[in-house]
Amino acid sequence: MSARIGVVTFPGSLDDRDAIRAVELMGGQGVPLWHADPELHGVDGVILPGGFSYGDYLRCGAIARFAPVMEEIRGFAARGGPVLGICNGFQILCESGLLPGALIRNRSLRFVCRIVSLRVETTQTPITADVPPGEILEIPIKHGEGQFVAGEADLDRLEDEGMVVFRYCGPDGEVSEDHNPNGALRGIAGIRNEAGNVVGLMPHPEHAVDPDVGPTGGQALFASLLSHVMATAR
Amino acid sequence: MSAGSDSEPLHRRFGLRDDELDMIRDALGRDPDRTELAMYAAMWSEHCSYKSSKIHLRTLPTEGPAVLVGPGQDAGAVDVGDGIAAVFKMESHSHPSAIEPYQGAATGVGGIVRDIVSMGARPVALLDPLMFGPLEDERNRWLLEGVVAGIGGYGNCIGVPTVGGEVRFAEPHSANPTVNVLCVGIARADRLMTAATHTPSAGSLMVLYGATTGRDGIGGVSVLASATIEEGSEGSRPSVQIGDPFSEKLLIEASLELVEGDLLEGLQDLGGAGLTCAVSESAARSGFGARLDLDAVPLREPGMEAFEILTSESQERMLAIVHPSKLERVRAVCAKWGLSTAVVATLEPGGDLDVHLAGQQVAKVPALSLTEKAPVYERPMRSIPANGDDPTFAPFDGDLGDALRSLLAAPNVASKRWVFEQYDRMVQGQTVAGPGSDAAVVRVPGTMKGLALSVDGNGRYGSLDPYLGGAHAVAEAARNVAVTGAKPLAITNCLNFGNPERPEVMWQFSEAIRGMRDACLALDTPVTGGNVSFYNESGGSAIWPTPVVGVLGSLADYRLRLPSGFPSPGLAVYLLGESFAELGGSQFAETVLGVVAGAPPALDLEVERRLQDLVQEAAGGDLLASAHDCSDGGVAVALAECAILGGHGFAVTLEGDLPPHVLLFGESASRAVVSVAPEREGSLRGLAATRGVPFERLGETGGPRAVIDGFVDTTVEELTEVWEQAIPRLLGEVS
Repeated sequence: MSARIGVVTFPGSLDDRDAIRAVELMGGQGVPLWHADPELHGVDGVILPGGFSYGDYLRCGAIARFAPVMEEIRGFAARGGPVLGICNGFQILCESGLLPGALIRNRSLRFVCRIVSLRVETTQTPITADVPPGEILEIPIKHGEGQFVAGEADLDRLEDEGMVVFRYCGPDGEVSEDHNPNGALRGIAGIRNEAGNVVGLMPHPEHAVDPDVGPTGGQALFASLLSHVMATAR
Repeated sequence: MSAGSDSEPLHRRFGLRDDELDMIRDALGRDPDRTELAMYAAMWSEHCSYKSSKIHLRTLPTEGPAVLVGPGQDAGAVDVGDGIAAVFKMESHSHPSAIEPYQGAATGVGGIVRDIVSMGARPVALLDPLMFGPLEDERNRWLLEGVVAGIGGYGNCIGVPTVGGEVRFAEPHSANPTVNVLCVGIARADRLMTAATHTPSAGSLMVLYGATTGRDGIGGVSVLASATIEEGSEGSRPSVQIGDPFSEKLLIEASLELVEGDLLEGLQDLGGAGLTCAVSESAARSGFGARLDLDAVPLREPGMEAFEILTSESQERMLAIVHPSKLERVRAVCAKWGLSTAVVATLEPGGDLDVHLAGQQVAKVPALSLTEKAPVYERPMRSIPANGDDPTFAPFDGDLGDALRSLLAAPNVASKRWVFEQYDRMVQGQTVAGPGSDAAVVRVPGTMKGLALSVDGNGRYGSLDPYLGGAHAVAEAARNVAVTGAKPLAITNCLNFGNPERPEVMWQFSEAIRGMRDACLALDTPVTGGNVSFYNESGGSAIWPTPVVGVLGSLADYRLRLPSGFPSPGLAVYLLGESFAELGGSQFAETVLGVVAGAPPALDLEVERRLQDLVQEAAGGDLLASAHDCSDGGVAVALAECAILGGHGFAVTLEGDLPPHVLLFGESASRAVVSVAPEREGSLRGLAATRGVPFERLGETGGPRAVIDGFVDTTVEELTEVWEQAIPRLLGEVS
């Protein structure tokens, strides 16, 4: 029996199949979920994938939060179910109020697709529980609106409560503007909620599990998610 | 939509000639009215009818064992084995991009993707060959930035990775940038939507689905794409279409679900000439006419006239032919994806396109007269004398290391990272090799196969000798595919030229076709389709004749793909092929000597074939560690690129009777730089000797330095910096 991870397809989702493939490559079972279907089909975890849900008109993720499936996901998250938002999924989580802060246009004003180094800042999430803090992971980014912003007070709270999960860094883990691909405040690439079960990140771990087509920094994250889910499901 | 003055007769204002009006009268047996004239003007435009190019295109080889669908459909298709078809085609969107770079380039992507979808294939990769004027000019920078943002803005939103392309620069492309785009799709071979496999019947319905129809893009094919761009062209901005990639993504998913559910008798995208083209081609192809009810077309704004609805090029629309018994299921699939559907026409016997609006018949024309009976011209040709003194034998006493750095900083050669980082190259998760490789490689899901893709066209060669320009485009694109270890299977092309009404341009075109034909025959790579883009000129000055070729190849096992760069130290470096005294038309002559003159490198197609076969065979036998094509900048630039891409230096010796700068930077064809593990050198040498390919052991890989004995001694780090920084520097982003 393997962990069942639901991946939501919104109109305009692009990396939904890729997330399912990554889950399955790492030994889980990927379960397609449909935006208009208010039903999670008994999954053990949920991924909101990358893409441009509803064309990202209005603001990125602003319309997706009203999708029928999102009501279920809010309840699932409130019960402690693991929810991972990747790229557009992260934007949706912020728009839904499940995570603080917002993602705005990259400082360069351009879309950027690049492999970056990420420093793991906390183990208090399902996807980093088995990853040593300070570990450096190679994972691609590809986004035009990935600059994480929040008010100073919110940023301080994120830092103080260990809610920053990933930061962009150099090859040796150094966090600096030189290694910040989008101008994110304090180099933040991913965060979690207070309980730790909801995580959003701009980089794409689902594109970092198969060594034939990219780096492998996502393997540790999926492995951690799947083992966490199996441990809590039993 | 008029280009001429109001006193001109209507047909001329629509871009039709007097003798073409006579042909229309013959087809109808009467005078056409305004709506009909607009339909003919669109369908008989150069862009839609290929009236100047057709007689030349017919000479290209189009058949081969792997070809499933040749020219004449929305896209060509080749058999890549295991019951899988690869569908591919290239198109130009240069004219709209010159006016409005973001939307022009974006809708170019949208259009070619719909061509692939209309064959029933899922789009899996995009490649974008681009040419601009020099970046020192502000307007050229604006065009580059807009076009690249448009390609990314559209391609990134539809989930199709952009895995390759070319970006080249030359003054003649200043006013007329060349924007081509190639799309590849994958389908089950037995599910391809072709005229041969899908036969509609009388009474079948034409269902328009996707976006609504507005006043954008009216006259796109006749005003924009079939005339030169002159002062005041900003006035044709309303002829540029506006793209909505979100609708396109829904259109892709809905269309593929319709195909998968076997719900369609035919499928066609709406592109140039809009509804007129889609309905007339679909009807003519199935041997029927159609009754078209314009009141049923969902409009974006009220009060549109018949000719506007008929020729609007509003984007993100498709036309399905559906048996009435399947209509409800088709509607349900489209509704699931949030797309509106409208039954706009019914197939009828008789062959006439019978168009109605508000209870009135507004046009009645034979469908075939719009399509197959369009005019065909054999335009006059005049050859152009060869261009200037060949620089090969001019003395050169400059520093060869400086020359190498200049070449690596030349925008044609320099890293295109600034461009390709704005493209999503990873979505779909199958990109084994992306931009910056000789050829891109994408996996075929569920198999070990890889598709290798390269696009090439060297306008410098084309300007000096259009025959060689055409032949080299095929040879180089195929070589780029072969050096990944793949077997080139077939080509598509995009032929970018000036005004075909000028005899010199027509001669260049015919010579380029002749060159492509010879190369395609020699390399067994038939042409499965493509696109012609004429009228790329302003003020009587045309772009360089630039035939761009896209080659599709297959790798039996994608894991055997060869990288371009040196993957490790301690490898032997070989040059395969032979070097001659050829500096004419080279990047060195352009960048260092400041001349584009002389004869481009000769091309012996038998020798080329042997080189490509050797590299494939050696790669298949796992004899090679890397392989890289020698092209712009010759063997010295190829070596530098191998070092930069692989991160390992080299120490080599180049020997020969040639002057050092010709030895280093000459662009003799049919050569590749390869690296080989020491224990496999013997096997490689044996194989090369057996296959009749000359080879030379140049030296070894390793260390931080890049050394060509006696000529160049520098570090890989320095070369990398020069190569990486050149384009950002020209764009003012680094100092």
